[in-house]
Amino acid sequence: MPSQLINEFFRTENLPHIWCPGCGNGIVTRAIVKAIDNLGLDKDKVCVVSGIGCSSRASGYLDFNTMHTTHGRALAFATGIKLAKPELTVIVITGDGDCSAIGGNHLIHAARRNIDITTIVFNNSTYGMTGGQYSPTTPTGDKGTTAPYGNIDMNFDLCELAKAAGGTYVSRGTIFTANMLIKQVEEGIKNKGFSFIEALTTCPTYYGRKNKKGEAVDMMNYLKENAINIAAYDKLTDEQKDGKFVVGELYKNTRAEYVEEYQKIIESFSKER
Amino acid sequence: MADKTIKLMQGNEACVEGAIAAGMRFYAGYPITPSTEIAELSAEKLPKIGGKFIQMEDEIAGISAVIGASIAGEKVMTATSGPGFSLKQEGLGYAVITEAPCVIVNVQRGGPSTGLPTAPAQGEIMQARWGTHGDHSIIALYPWSVKEIYNTTIKAFNLAEKYRTPVILLMDEVIAHMREKIEIPNNTELEVYNRKKPTCSPENYKPYEVKEGDLVPEMAGFGEGYRFHVTGLVHSESGFPSGNEKVAENLINRLIDKIEDNKDDIVEVSEYLTEDSDIAIVAFGATARSAKSAVDTLREDGIKAGLFRPITIWPLAEKELLELSKKVKRIVVVEMNMGQYYLEVDRIAGKFTKVEKYGRLNGELITPEEIISFVKEDQYAKSTN
Ligand SMILES: Cc1ncc(C[n+]2csc(CCOP(=O)(O)OP(=O)(O)O)c2C)c(N)n1
Ligand code: SF4
Repeated sequence: MPSQLINEFFRTENLPHIWCPGCGNGIVTRAIVKAIDNLGLDKDKVCVVSGIGCSSRASGYLDFNTMHTTHGRALAFATGIKLAKPELTVIVITGDGDCSAIGGNHLIHAARRNIDITTIVFNNSTYGMTGGQYSPTTPTGDKGTTAPYGNIDMNFDLCELAKAAGGTYVSRGTIFTANMLIKQVEEGIKNKGFSFIEALTTCPTYYGRKNKKGEAVDMMNYLKENAINIAAYDKLTDEQKDGKFVVGELYKNTRAEYVEEYQKIIESFSKER
Repeated sequence: MADKTIKLMQGNEACVEGAIAAGMRFYAGYPITPSTEIAELSAEKLPKIGGKFIQMEDEIAGISAVIGASIAGEKVMTATSGPGFSLKQEGLGYAVITEAPCVIVNVQRGGPSTGLPTAPAQGEIMQARWGTHGDHSIIALYPWSVKEIYNTTIKAFNLAEKYRTPVILLMDEVIAHMREKIEIPNNTELEVYNRKKPTCSPENYKPYEVKEGDLVPEMAGFGEGYRFHVTGLVHSESGFPSGNEKVAENLINRLIDKIEDNKDDIVEVSEYLTEDSDIAIVAFGATARSAKSAVDTLREDGIKAGLFRPITIWPLAEKELLELSKKVKRIVVVEMNMGQYYLEVDRIAGKFTKVEKYGRLNGELITPEEIISFVKEDQYAKSTN
């Protein structure tokens, strides 16, 4: 029997989804929906915007105001929506390529404005939809269909990027620790400003196969074994940190939010009248 | 209060005034000469009336934000020039297929590339029509004076709302920057069209369903209680992606038909002394001003010339051009490019009359004298005699 969440928040008529067996996208999508459920948000006031990629297809399965936009531009579309209708909770779903390659500029500027949008990046370290080419998050040395001899690019730390650009809530989770991910999305939505959540997920079909990472379960185990919570991570020696990655709430701050600042300008004129 | 206000105004200013009169409440864009004043004035005026302005990080972001705000229920505009218009093409296609009403102004400048930033050119006639990928129809309007920029901007908004489509407003640098006297009507007489909102219950709402005898779906806005999906993929009436060939065919045909079948409502041309003319000059925007002056001089010299000026340049004024071609012995298409509109005019009118082009592009306006001497020289007559 489908879970209550599915009946309540998914457009069941659009299922089954297009994702491969073993793909982590479903777990991230569930975390987002569960967070919305936990917060008790009104479905009519939630807006989910996505770019283009496997992960970005999630918007079509969700029963909110949803928009599947062009590759990399979800944050720009979402900025227009949020500014036009500040009462909406605006959530952006994006892939690592969508968010940081073609959409990298929009990411840094949305963060800089600290506009009240919650962005969830489904980071599978590859371009899934176009068949496993290397992305800005593919680890150096790993293979992709366009990096047959190993990727020589340095990979992005998306959380560092979002923080440096001005985001006010930044966290990283994985599909292995789904409950933590739910909490992170909740915190992101609650934060009045630009929130950035990197969800490490799996693409067994391309990234996994190309890099001999085993089956979906092996990839999940990899996430489990190498993710270290921020509190513990800071205490590790450099040697111990090798090959590990940090998860948890990485940064939090309060700063003037963009739409509210604009509203002040509008109000200064209505007072004048 | 007088029923109109007389003002001295720049073309770019008139565009913003017209947009606001038509209901624009959201502007997003990225500055580029010679369109910058449109952004600047929008930034100043919009918050005063509760509207929003945002300077995005580039032109792609500008059109994307505008489409987002349109789906959220606002009347929206973005303005750009040359290279910025190229960047907006993917977003333009998205607005076409998602049926997001928006106005995209392109104050043209010389190209290709950064070209001639502050010099006039009419180089985006074909890009306006075919710049985005795929088959579709498009509405593009082309005013020739400051006053007409005001009215045409309002018309652009009205058509965008009525047909749920992006409307392109092509302008010329010289008119955008020129100051002319204009009369602004004091609102009551203004005809403003707003998108049709759904009247059905949210459960029954299908965002891309059309009613019998109408090709334009009703449009809810995000947050109004009608939860719907918007995608750039081919989609069914429900708004969800579909790979079905029948669905694809129906959608693409409807997007084309909703414009092409309504040409009588959309197409506007202005004709000057064409009733009895032997020679018709086809020109738009700033070039049409030179052409009108040339027509007057030619008439003084005993040559029966007339001016045919498409204000709606897309969809093409086929019916009107056909009529013209049956009346005149010769059509000369004058434009500040190497012959973009000429190709279309020749395609339609070439069956019935001879069609010639006079095009030039060096950042200088085409003068009445040039047009006169081209008409008098009659290259065609010489080569065939
Ligand atoms: C302008 C443009 N360039 C390229 C593409 C092709 N494309 C579609 S999805 C994609 C990559 C998606 O990768 P990612 O964002 O990491 O998402 P994933 O599919 O892995 O979830 C690309 C390059 C496109 N749709 N549009
Ligand atoms: S290609 Fe990869 S990311 Fe895309 S659905 Fe399949 S497993 Fe998931």
